[in-house]
Amino acid sequence: MSTFLGMPALPVYGTGNLHAAESFPKAAHRELGNAQLRANLGHATHTIRDKRLQVVSELPDWEQLRDAGSAIKESVMARLPELLEQFEANFTARGGVIHWARDADEANQVVAGLIRDTGETEVVKVKSMATQEIGLNEYLEEQGIAAYETDLAELIVQLDHDKPSHILVPAIHKNRSQVRDIFLREMEGVDPELTDEPARLAAAARAHLRRKFLTAKVAVSGANFALADSGTLAVVESEGNGRMCLTLPETLITVMGVEKLLPTWQDLEVFMQLLPRSSTGERMNPYTSLWTGVTEGDGPRNVHLVLLDNGRSAALADEMGRSALHCIRCSACMNVCPVYERTGGHAYGSTYPGPIGAILSPLMTGIQAEENSSLPYASSLCGACYDACPVKINIPDILVHLRSVDVDSKRGTKKIPTQMDVGMKAASWALSSGKRLGLLEKGLPLGRLAAGPDKKITKLPGIAAGWTQSRDIPAPPAQSFRDWWAKEKDGRK
Amino acid sequence: MSAREDILGRIRAALQDSPEVPEIPREYRAESGMDQDALVHLLVDRLVDYKAQVSVVDAAGVPARVAELLAEARSFVVPAGLDAGWLAGLDGGPGAGRLRPDSAAAPLSVAELDSTDAVVTGSAVAVAETGTIILDGSPNQGRRAITLVPDHHICVVQVADIAGILPEALRRIDGTRPLTMISGPSATSDIELERVEGVHGPRRLDVIIAR
Repeated sequence: MSTFLGMPALPVYGTGNLHAAESFPKAAHRELGNAQLRANLGHATHTIRDKRLQVVSELPDWEQLRDAGSAIKESVMARLPELLEQFEANFTARGGVIHWARDADEANQVVAGLIRDTGETEVVKVKSMATQEIGLNEYLEEQGIAAYETDLAELIVQLDHDKPSHILVPAIHKNRSQVRDIFLREMEGVDPELTDEPARLAAAARAHLRRKFLTAKVAVSGANFALADSGTLAVVESEGNGRMCLTLPETLITVMGVEKLLPTWQDLEVFMQLLPRSSTGERMNPYTSLWTGVTEGDGPRNVHLVLLDNGRSAALADEMGRSALHCIRCSACMNVCPVYERTGGHAYGSTYPGPIGAILSPLMTGIQAEENSSLPYASSLCGACYDACPVKINIPDILVHLRSVDVDSKRGTKKIPTQMDVGMKAASWALSSGKRLGLLEKGLPLGRLAAGPDKKITKLPGIAAGWTQSRDIPAPPAQSFRDWWAKEKDGRK
Repeated sequence: MSAREDILGRIRAALQDSPEVPEIPREYRAESGMDQDALVHLLVDRLVDYKAQVSVVDAAGVPARVAELLAEARSFVVPAGLDAGWLAGLDGGPGAGRLRPDSAAAPLSVAELDSTDAVVTGSAVAVAETGTIILDGSPNQGRRAITLVPDHHICVVQVADIAGILPEALRRIDGTRPLTMISGPSATSDIELERVEGVHGPRRLDVIIAR
């Protein structure tokens, strides 16, 4: 019997790597100074988005697939308790074991406990956003368990003691010579003559991980999809490291957010068309693995799944924001975002960067958590992310909604009016009457004086200083439009 | 309260506004309507685009092509249920000491697989539009590990098993089997987005399409 009594419950927010430790403007300002990062990112995002447009245009029914994908996810959210129970029953019936985790800490403890039960102190890992989110690798290290990332980009990031900067290509902020230096410095037994050719670097990673794959007893993965009607899990990848981890070890532990469900096997036909094309701009990714519990004689004998809440139920409680949970982590939104392209992923301070991160992180942590309230403002609201999203998440609308949540949450908390309040008051006074505005416009020539001979204002005082921190303002015109119009009209008479 | 009850309770509370369960519009394509020649042509085009090697042969030509592709392999693994006729072209009978059979009942060890050069399998279904081959663990495809660890995968696709688009292909598959969908050889684009074929999975994928 469920103990739910229909009480209005307060949302329970997520923990782990979802919190920005400093505000987006502050972090972005620092990251903007990194010319290498901007060059790499600009190249990467433009290349992927061009490829994506090309393969998307090949499909005559792309918009119909998006409509189906969006409606399937909407129905998943509406039916989530029922689908979770159905999935659990099917997965368990085929020999899998389900664990539930309220937050990051609990998930980490469950995974560590399962690994400890095997007697092993090493695990191989498939790239997974969920385990990034809960900070699993760091937790396992504290527990004396070594977790080896096996995706090439994750391996680069892990060896460099760095953080991923992109959902799909986490090491995109590093170029080939940086990767070679990291390998030479951190990889045991690497050929000192290693060049920076990508093929040579990939071969070095293969050699480095080969023995690990062939001897690992335990693997940890995420999952891209879970099918409720059969209890099937799916991992989508390219290199074969996923297949290695999912099939060779004796024990497989998967960590997955509760929102990843799809109701039926048929729904996979929609998402396996939407995901690869949106993500890498390929018609299909090289490898997809699907498994349903345990198969006798093929693959791991102990199959576990940790179902993770960690703030997802809180996001679900936000009627406007809940569609952020439709996200299939394809990263199409970040590849078209003018803000992400310039700041990179680290500026967002969460596992989830870019436009989707700007809504998902504050939804999962609550808008008041640390510096996450600045994330909904990390956007020009240009709408490119909405156009690119394969499941039609209306990111701009949710950004605006979260800005209002942020403003509401701060209402009444400040007693002394800020410069912004004063400025807004003044603007409201000036803009409420044509006469007042006209009077103020007489001051325009003063602005030209301030701009000097190069016709640029490089530094504004007070609250307006923020505006000129990273850009110049062109000098105001010699006369206002209204003055010009008045003269023009008179001249024509 | 258990974590399970707690989480399900939170989710039910979050859905107190009883959001509508929408009808799923399925106006996307369910069939490609392509004839067999068009299917083969498209599949070859897409496989080649993924840097797989492809040959289209008559059913009777499969053994010769398999033998040709295995010429340099010092050893190769085959699943127990592979069509024995496909290996008939090998000098001195099937494999002449090079062949290593594998089955769930008598599996090769991972180390044995690692020291094996190639693998020959059949396939369950292929998707022409995406260049994808689906293996479902049937007796002529075997355990997932055998198509993963050896460096060269030779895969025979029967023309009757080619579907035009993904929805047609998935309809022919039992989703509860251990499934592997393969589109070209192993690849990565993680360093400056430059595509490199062959990381951890087989670096060579040879597809024989049998008419």
